[in-house]
Amino acid sequence: MANKRLLALATVAVFALSACSSAAATPTTAPAATQAPAAATAAAPTMNANATPVAGKPYISIVSKGFQHQFWQAVKKGAEDEAATEGATVNFIGPNTEADVQPQLDMLSAELAKKPAALCFAALDSKAAGPILQKFQDAKIPVIAFDSGVDSTIPLTTVATDNVAAAALAADKMAAAIGGSGKVGVIIHDQTSRTGIDRTTGFLNEMKAKYPNITIIGPQYGGGDVAKSADLAKSMIAANPDIKGFFGGNEGSIEGVLNAVNELHLNGKVTLIGYDSGQPQLDAINSGTEIGAITQNPIGIGAQCVVYAMKAIKGDTSFGKTVDTGFMWYDKTNINDAKIQAVLYK
Amino acid sequence: MSTAPGLPIQAGRSGAVIRADFFQRFLAFGALIVLILFFQVWCVLIGTNFLTFENFVNILVATAVVGVLALGETFVVVTGGIDLSVGTVMTISMVMTAVAITSQHLPVPVGILIGVLTGGLMGLANGVLIARFRIAPFIATLGILNVARGLSLVITQTRPIYFAGDNGFQTGVMGNLFGVKLSGEFGIPIIAIIMFAAALFAAFLLGKTVLGRYTFALGSNEEAARLSGVNVANWKMLVYVVCGLFAGLAGVLSAARLGSAQPATGFGYELSAISAVVIGGTSLSGGEGTILGTIIGAFIVYVLTYGLQFVNVAQEWQIVVTGGVLIAAVYIDNLRRRQRA
Repeated sequence: MANKRLLALATVAVFALSACSSAAATPTTAPAATQAPAAATAAAPTMNANATPVAGKPYISIVSKGFQHQFWQAVKKGAEDEAATEGATVNFIGPNTEADVQPQLDMLSAELAKKPAALCFAALDSKAAGPILQKFQDAKIPVIAFDSGVDSTIPLTTVATDNVAAAALAADKMAAAIGGSGKVGVIIHDQTSRTGIDRTTGFLNEMKAKYPNITIIGPQYGGGDVAKSADLAKSMIAANPDIKGFFGGNEGSIEGVLNAVNELHLNGKVTLIGYDSGQPQLDAINSGTEIGAITQNPIGIGAQCVVYAMKAIKGDTSFGKTVDTGFMWYDKTNINDAKIQAVLYK
Repeated sequence: MSTAPGLPIQAGRSGAVIRADFFQRFLAFGALIVLILFFQVWCVLIGTNFLTFENFVNILVATAVVGVLALGETFVVVTGGIDLSVGTVMTISMVMTAVAITSQHLPVPVGILIGVLTGGLMGLANGVLIARFRIAPFIATLGILNVARGLSLVITQTRPIYFAGDNGFQTGVMGNLFGVKLSGEFGIPIIAIIMFAAALFAAFLLGKTVLGRYTFALGSNEEAARLSGVNVANWKMLVYVVCGLFAGLAGVLSAARLGSAQPATGFGYELSAISAVVIGGTSLSGGEGTILGTIIGAFIVYVLTYGLQFVNVAQEWQIVVTGGVLIAAVYIDNLRRRQRA
């Protein structure tokens, strides 16, 4: 009996071993370097063919708000490409869901223990990470915020889209498309995150200032969830049959609106404007159901993070507190332009 | 520890149970050591070091909240039940603590008490549904999971509640026990000390009290317990209350760690807690389990999570490995029980 139990124990160990090494052997993205620039050469393990660490390459930790959404994958790609050109190693990680505030803190702790040359950080909660960021500062590790700001003076700069200006542009496009009057429904992902607040403010203020004949329905908040946003859009249409258009504040919100419009067979009868990309939205723009969308530049956000992290590593901190990575309007007419295609994701 | 003297049904088995206990502990503890050594070897290969005090403290802090959740869950699982609601009960306790301290301006200790009691109240709801209304634990606690999750959002209007300024709550829980910080690094965070203290208390409850004896009796053979005059319904309710109280404590710790009550968090923690309990050798079919095993199980979960990140394994694979380890643990649990039968 005892033998069998030992065998079972060995099974666990072997399982863990084989699972872990096969994990590292796959050509996925996480590089295996954990040393700070000062660290000596790492004996590159054979399993890390993809990202053999080189002595003296700065290691930059990038702790994001997620890793599964295509938006974050695009940010990751931008960061990794830029790191390759600048001669840095990056490790891009993020929690499983955007509610995982605590796991994100654990990730920051683990990255701090690796003594990175710099940290790029997109906070899930603007305050919770304060004490850990303080430790980064104490360890003289420069911190660059990205995507959403942190309630702290520690980050040297924040690399993000100017969402207020971007949503204002969406408002202008909406007003032009519906002739400057009528009802417009607004569906946003949430009222707590920086991006949710800025997009709501940008869209609503622009409408109020420039288009007094447009009535705003909402805003309603669907958590970025497609099904929930679809239900919100349907109830808005039921209550306001004369609604002329919808603005969806992120990928999930506009996808929900698209679903609602498809289910109610209102394609082409309401003017839809969205945010970011994703396959359903790209299809809707190509087919004419959606007139266009604002795209951020996720690849640019990733790249600029690394650019500013490298500047800080080299001791140059003479830059502003925000870095605007830009946004663009795209519709059927320019969706295939190289410049637009470069920032869209499916 | 898992024997229940005074109950005839246990008498014939106690020898085997004690032996099983020994192996159960040895197995889990052995797996933890193997895991740590495994990461150390990996780290040495890539030119770094896993066995540092900083990593040790990071793992302690990461484990604390789910560790405390798992303590309460152990009681329920030993009775042969399951509590899926612990994650979001933790959330609503966190929210109530924050409401008490911030908008009601109550003293911090009162806020902490309210948080813990909120957990107990939700546990009582589970207990009543299960023991009085005879709803299966899986369904009853799934319902309470959503009730607690929804109420947290309602109470906070979906917004986080922040503890304004420093009222000693956050620094108190997250601070170091030994005020002296050697070279600015050493010191065990109080949140970890609280977890260990809670574990000692749980071990006492499960091992040395009537409640503990009946917890095992319910899990071994509920009918026999009933026939020997045990008020099964009442003791079962109490077990779910205990589980809820631990979830409430986890909520308080969580609030202190985050400096806020986050109404959207907590969902999914129940699975980490149940994983810790099962990896620690507590049988899902009830009747056996130890608190020491659960704590070791919780550390296995977090050493694995932390270690995989520390050596930069891609996150997609981290999830796969965590799932695999759980399956391996349950398989071994089955193997062990089949041998005994």
